[in-house]
Amino acid sequence: MSHSDTLEALAAAGIAAPVKPLLSVEGLTRVYGKRIGCADVSFDLWPGEVLAIVGESGSGKTTLLNCISSRLTPTCGTVHYRMRDGATADIYKMAEAERRYLMRTDWGFVHQNPIDGLRMTVSAGANVGERLMAVGNRHYGNIRNTAIEWLSRVEIDEDRVDDQPRTFSGGMRQRLQIARNLVTEPRLVFMDEPTGGLDVSVQARLLDLLRGLVSDLGLAVIVVTHDLAVARLLSDRMIVMKEGRVIEAGLTDRVLDDPRAPYTQLLVSSILQV
Amino acid sequence: MNALAQDEGSQNLATYNFAYLDEQTKRMIRRAILKGIAVPGYQVPFASREMPMPYGWGTGGVQVTAAIIGPDDVLKVIDQGADDTTNAVSIRAFFAKTAGVATTTATPDATIIQTRHRIPETPLTQGQVLVYQVPIPEPLRFLEPRETETRKMHALEEYGLMHVKLYEDIARNGHIATTYAYPVKVEGRYVMDPSPTPKFDNPKMHQSEALQLFGAGREKRIYAIPPHTEVVSLDFEDHPFEIQHFDQPCAMCGAVEVYLDEVVLDDKGGRMFVCSDTHHCESRQADGHRGALLGESPGAGDDAGAEKEAIR
Repeated sequence: MSHSDTLEALAAAGIAAPVKPLLSVEGLTRVYGKRIGCADVSFDLWPGEVLAIVGESGSGKTTLLNCISSRLTPTCGTVHYRMRDGATADIYKMAEAERRYLMRTDWGFVHQNPIDGLRMTVSAGANVGERLMAVGNRHYGNIRNTAIEWLSRVEIDEDRVDDQPRTFSGGMRQRLQIARNLVTEPRLVFMDEPTGGLDVSVQARLLDLLRGLVSDLGLAVIVVTHDLAVARLLSDRMIVMKEGRVIEAGLTDRVLDDPRAPYTQLLVSSILQV
Repeated sequence: MNALAQDEGSQNLATYNFAYLDEQTKRMIRRAILKGIAVPGYQVPFASREMPMPYGWGTGGVQVTAAIIGPDDVLKVIDQGADDTTNAVSIRAFFAKTAGVATTTATPDATIIQTRHRIPETPLTQGQVLVYQVPIPEPLRFLEPRETETRKMHALEEYGLMHVKLYEDIARNGHIATTYAYPVKVEGRYVMDPSPTPKFDNPKMHQSEALQLFGAGREKRIYAIPPHTEVVSLDFEDHPFEIQHFDQPCAMCGAVEVYLDEVVLDDKGGRMFVCSDTHHCESRQADGHRGALLGESPGAGDDAGAEKEAIR
């Protein structure tokens, strides 16, 4: 279905469709010497949509995510983002100051390993408050109250606000990292294996929490995962990658229930049935 | 200047140029200083030389002083406010020997004051230059270890991290517990480390009439605050910046609103607080001011004085 068809269908259903996608990726390619990281990836992401990028290890998922989130300069291709003022900008043509400002206000990045995304030597409150201070908030009481409010939203006790994240369990660290990213109310969040390394019951609670937050805040999310169950629970749409290329894309339920590419069929049938 | 240096040099210091450093090096340092003055608070890299003293003993300050000193200058050197500590005495003697300049301990008489970690209590005046010895010039260093990243943060004015440190202070101690090397923002642009001076001295940097130069020899950085420049200490709206207050006056000269050192007198818990600025304290005593320990009895004063001398 082309975009115009989608829009017409939405309009017919009486839903006011956004005029432009939030994020538009075109022909994104990153090569490492002779090796391909990811090649010729194109897709659009709409406000409030959750997109999963799945594939096996080494298929270029993380390279793609880093290229989209401006953490890694692509070899060629463009990434356009619709800013809060409605103007669309090529994130690689922006001034660096503007791009970094975007990254810490309108975007979030949840790392697989919380140590990469947190400051382990400052308190949980300061971790959550860092973005607020970066955008000019200079009132200690307000920053601390906002931090406490966000800790409770991610189910961390208020009395842990002055504790350092190194005293937290893996699941708590990951929830803290999510709070730290969401405090500026971003519109787009990137997640790299957010549930990796957690045991299944903690994974389930974290997924529950994420689903709640995503629908409450109307977040658009790009989530990279090799776990198809995570993709099924969280995402509306998914992209399947193999050897750096997109081999299949579509609605999550469609891809998982009726995989077309042989590799996707293999991937889906590899899920351990218990 | 060179003629004079050579005249003196031919007699006793044949191998030294005026003020130790060669003229090329001084030019290089002066260029860095000029750039620093043009961009207040910005850390200018410079090719720091080996000096005949270990790193951490003021190699940066000595190079800045050597680059700006002329034969007519009068030099004062203080170490934590004192003119009579090893470091201060050695550096003063170094320039007396290599540049043949006059030295003084009186703040108003000096044209160049090299300092380790204090600003004199006597307000500085137009035409004076204060040269700071700086161990670690980067205020963001302990929060962000990568130099590439801190330089980018300065370039893009990303100073949120500095407030994370102050936030953490309040969260742990209930107030901003940073008492020295308290970060300042210079002329509304660069966040700067005022070297480890007590935060008591931060307000003196603001709109100072004197030129302030900072030299970090090991880290190879020079920065500057020109006269009449805005220097604001960072803080929170609900936790404003405050300087230290002492609940008693100086035991020797009775001065209040000055920075005091605590001196342990015996092993029974006896202690006294005295001015850290020795010239300020001595000139007040000469003017007839008497602190509690000097008192009426001359004997008490002599004891305390001897004690102080022994400790310094």
